[in-house]
This record gives sequence, structure tokens and C-alpha cells, in this order.
Amino acid sequence: MIYREAGDFKTNYVSDGQTFPLRFDRWAYGLLLAVAFLVIPFVIDDYWANAVFVPFLIYAIAAIGLNILTGYCGQVSLGTGGFMAVGAYAAYKLMTAFPDVPFPVHVVLAGGITAAVGVLFGLPSLRIKGFYLAVATLAAQFFLVWLFNKVPWFYNYSASGQISAPTREVFGWAVTGPSATPAASYLICLIFLTVLALIARNLTRGTTGRTWMAIRDMDIAAEIIGVNPLTAKLSAFAVSSFFIGVAGALFFAVYLGAVEVGSAFGIQKSFLVLFMIIIGGLGSIFGSFAGAAFLVLLPVLLKAIGVDMLGWPTDIVAHIQLVIVGALIILFLVLEPHGLAQLWRVTKEKLRLWPFPY
Amino acid sequence: MSALPAAGPEAAPSRPVLMELKNITLRFGGVEAIKDISFDIREGEIRAIIGPNGAGKSSMLNVISGFYHPQEGEVWFRGRRRPAMKPYQVARLGIARTFQNIALFDGMSVLDNVMTGRITHMKRGIFAQGVWKGPAEREEVANREAVERIIDFLEIQRIRKTPVGRLPYGLKKRVELARALAAEPKLLLLDEPMAGMNVEEKEDMSRFILDVNDEFGTTIALIEHDMGVVMDLSDRVVVMDYGRKIGDGTPAEVRANPEVIDAYLGVAHD
Repeated sequence: MIYREAGDFKTNYVSDGQTFPLRFDRWAYGLLLAVAFLVIPFVIDDYWANAVFVPFLIYAIAAIGLNILTGYCGQVSLGTGGFMAVGAYAAYKLMTAFPDVPFPVHVVLAGGITAAVGVLFGLPSLRIKGFYLAVATLAAQFFLVWLFNKVPWFYNYSASGQISAPTREVFGWAVTGPSATPAASYLICLIFLTVLALIARNLTRGTTGRTWMAIRDMDIAAEIIGVNPLTAKLSAFAVSSFFIGVAGALFFAVYLGAVEVGSAFGIQKSFLVLFMIIIGGLGSIFGSFAGAAFLVLLPVLLKAIGVDMLGWPTDIVAHIQLVIVGALIILFLVLEPHGLAQLWRVTKEKLRLWPFPY
Repeated sequence: MSALPAAGPEAAPSRPVLMELKNITLRFGGVEAIKDISFDIREGEIRAIIGPNGAGKSSMLNVISGFYHPQEGEVWFRGRRRPAMKPYQVARLGIARTFQNIALFDGMSVLDNVMTGRITHMKRGIFAQGVWKGPAEREEVANREAVERIIDFLEIQRIRKTPVGRLPYGLKKRVELARALAAEPKLLLLDEPMAGMNVEEKEDMSRFILDVNDEFGTTIALIEHDMGVVMDLSDRVVVMDYGRKIGDGTPAEVRANPEVIDAYLGVAHD
């Protein structure tokens, strides 16, 4: 009975509505944040930053973004890769056009531009639903990637057609470019993720989140009680695209450094983020974290076991990874549609009673 | 079940008119669902709409709540002609409704469902909500207090945090009523609030409807098939058959109307 809620009473509505209602949770997450901010930056090395932490943090932002749209508002999107590309190219154009403006401002602006593009491609959602909307967002994915390939203005007429991030500093620390330290890359992503996750949580527990979920669960009833479907759906597209745009900008500038749009932001990226929220749990912020962690760690783990310990060839391990991810998607869809987040919820409920069965 | 002494039917005609429907005709292609119907709903009364299946009762409710736009006729609300509006705009005027087949948000808790009902009272923008602390939190708490009063009123405190999808039918109906009430509507439309309920549940629901009418002074228009309930609850009754209005008046008057008896009540007359 380590994990308990007995005796944890609420005496006002503010404390009843807080993010972590249980005292134990508040301590645990506080400790986690303290370790993430105060310990990891001092011990992180290149391998851990590039293989695990930085991609996890960036994918978590993208997964929260897609979860807002698909998990909370019920609008299926296959355009995540395309929207990440918008964020990346917006950040690139801004960074090269205004070198004196601080990098975080560029990232936020890139998110804003992506939000505008997202609203534009979200307009069909007012007319079409489900499967057909997914196909419409698929069109956005292919159109955007094609656009960034075809129009040289977007990659500043560089000969290779790639974009590469110039070095930018925050408080004297290089966060982009070749001289960025692992700790700096890690910290800037961590700060963005923490702030954005808080915003996502605030939006989803309040009126905005309820209108999104109302549209998801029963759009006719939502409209009859006063939800304007236009603003509800488009605000979901805007917020979601903002998150995904920020993730795209960080993915390009902080993580990869140089990007070729087709390989970095192709349809595989859309599916990867979609798999993250399916495995993690639709309609759950925690699930976005869990899904991102799972799909970032899985290849690392498989490589550690398959290649390093058992000595299998790399391509075989890569194929095994595809098989495992595919099987997991099917398993989750059949057995636990609410994903890892639901498993975690069930575990917590069991823990509350442990070691007694009832 | 015995009639509780609500506002007596004799008081109704003297009250001001809240909503007036003038010569409404609604067609679906060649089918006339509603043919030239006029009636009014007065402030504070319980107005029942009855009629056999397919008489156009639900269509009438859908006209009032803005789902259907009649080809002919006018809807007047609070002394003003209402232009053709989308349902969410109608909701902002202060008209709330429940559905014949429950239309709750299954993935959300009872509390969230009822809180969603207060959407027309929530004014804070998306940026204030992203920050949460400050205006958005104050608004949330103020509305939570209003919602808790309704939860108390309808006696659903126990299931506050339960996901709606797990509730039994009778409770879902009650939660749907709570969600409609949360909007503090001027006019409440109930589409068969007692369909599929047993006698006890019907008695509970009747009590809630009368209490709502009594305590909040909410005007109620309801569709119901159980004649006993209708006659006991309502101040005035509109009777429809094949899209036409065939009777209008107090329950006693309607019960005595031979055309109504013929079409609906099914009592043999000699």
C-alpha cells in the first residue's frame, strides 16, 4: 500500500481539478522533473543524447500534438510528417533571415506558422470525417513534402537541396550547429517539452478540451449544447499543428542539424507518430510520453540485444523491429485500444489495493 | 402517480409568451412532415407535444432547436423573430434539449459532461486556458459550483467521476437532463424523457421535471408517450397527427376532444 489515495481529501474545487490529484503522484513527478533538469544534463553524453533523450523529447512533443487532434478531438491525421516539415523549414527560413533573433523565438514562430498551415489543411474536416479526412490529410503530407522539394526558395537555393542549421546560441551556449553540446541540445528540448506539456494539460482539462472531446464523442450533441464545430475543430488543428511544428523545428535544428525533406519528414514519420499515440494511448498526455518513449527505446534496445549481444547482422535486427512494431500495433488495437496509458491506469488501481485483492 | 400541484393550468394563459411558432411547414422532398402548425409556449409552463409515431413531434422539436429549417413559417422567441440559425447559435439564445436516444459524451466523466453543458457560460479564450492560473481557473471554479448545484439537485453526486459509458440507462437519462440544465436554459426541450423507463424511474424523472419547473422557473416543452405522465405533468398539450395539429389546450380539454380521442387515445366512441 505504497500508492494510496485514502486520506487524500479535497476541500475545494481548485485542488480537486489539479493535474496530479494524489500527493504521491505530485512527489513522484516533482522528483522526476528535478532529476531531468538537475542531474541528467551533467551526466549526459553524446550517445545518450542522440540515441535516446533528444529524440524522445522531440517525439513526445509531436505525439502530444497529434494526440490533441486525433485522441482528444477525434480527427484522424496522417499529415504529421508534412506539418513537422513546415516547422523545420519555417525555422530554417527564420534563422537564416533574422540571425539576431534568439533561437527559441524562431521555434515558437515556426510553430505559429505551422498552426496557420494546419488550420488551412484542417478546413476539409468541417465537411468530412474519419477515413476520408485521413485521406485528405495524407494529401497534405505529400503536397507539403513535394512543395519543399520543388521550390528552391525554401532551401535558400542550396545546391544539395538540403537545409542545415546554422549555429545559434542561447545565453552563450550553442544549441544548434556542430558545436552544440549534448547537454545544451537536451536542455532546450526538455524546456520546450515541459512548457508545452503543461499547456496541453491545461487546455485538455478545461473548456477547450471538453469541447474537443464533445466533438469527438458525439458531434451533434456537442453542437446542440452550444459548441461551434468550426472553432472547435480548427482550434484543435491549430494547437496540434503548433506542437508538431515546434517538434519539427527542434527535430531539424537541434537533433539532425541538416535535413532532406523526403527522408526526414516523409510518410513514415506520420505513421511513426501515429503509432506512438496508438500504443501510448489516445486521449492521454501520459500516453503520448509513454508511446514516444516506447518507440524511441525499442530500436535502441533491440540493437543492444540483437547486434551487440547476439551478434546478428544489423539489417535482420531492423527487420525484426518492423515485425515487432507491426505486431504490437495489432495487439494494442485488439486488446487495449487505450494503450499503455490504460495499462498504467489499471496498474495504479491495483497498486492502491495491493497487497489485498479487494 | 398523482399529480403534484405545479403551477396550475388555469394560470398558464395569463403568462407572457416565450416562444411562438407561426404556420410552420416542414418538407423533406415531397413528404410534408409538419403542415402549417402554430402554437405558443408561455413562460414557466410545461408544454407537452403528443401524437402517434411519425406524427412529426420530433421534427417539431428539431425545428425549435435549429436542426431543421422549415420551408414556411416563423419562429418567434422572446418577442423577436428568430432568423434561420445553426444549432449552436440557438443554444446561445438559451434553448437546451435532451435526445430521444441518449446523446451523451461516452468517453467523458459525468462531471465533464455536465461541465460541457455550461459551454455557453464559458468566455475565456484558448490562451487564458493554456496558462490556466488566473482567469481560466476562476471561471472553471465558478462554473464548477453551478454544476455541483445541479448534480446535487438531480442526486447524481455518487457517479460524478464515473465515465458516462459505464452508467445504466436510467442514470444516463438523468445525466443528460443535468447537462441540459447546466446551461440554465430559458426553454428546455425534452424528447421522450421517460422512454424505456420502469415505473419508479418514471416517477423519479417526473419529480425532477416538476422540481426544475418549480425551483428554476424553467419553461419546458416535452414529447412523451405515456399519457398518464403527460396529463399529470403538463399545463397545456399540443396534439399532432400526420404533421397536423389536431388539438391544443389543457389536459382536460384535450382529453375531451373527440378528434384527439379518435386519432390517438384510441378509446372507442359511439
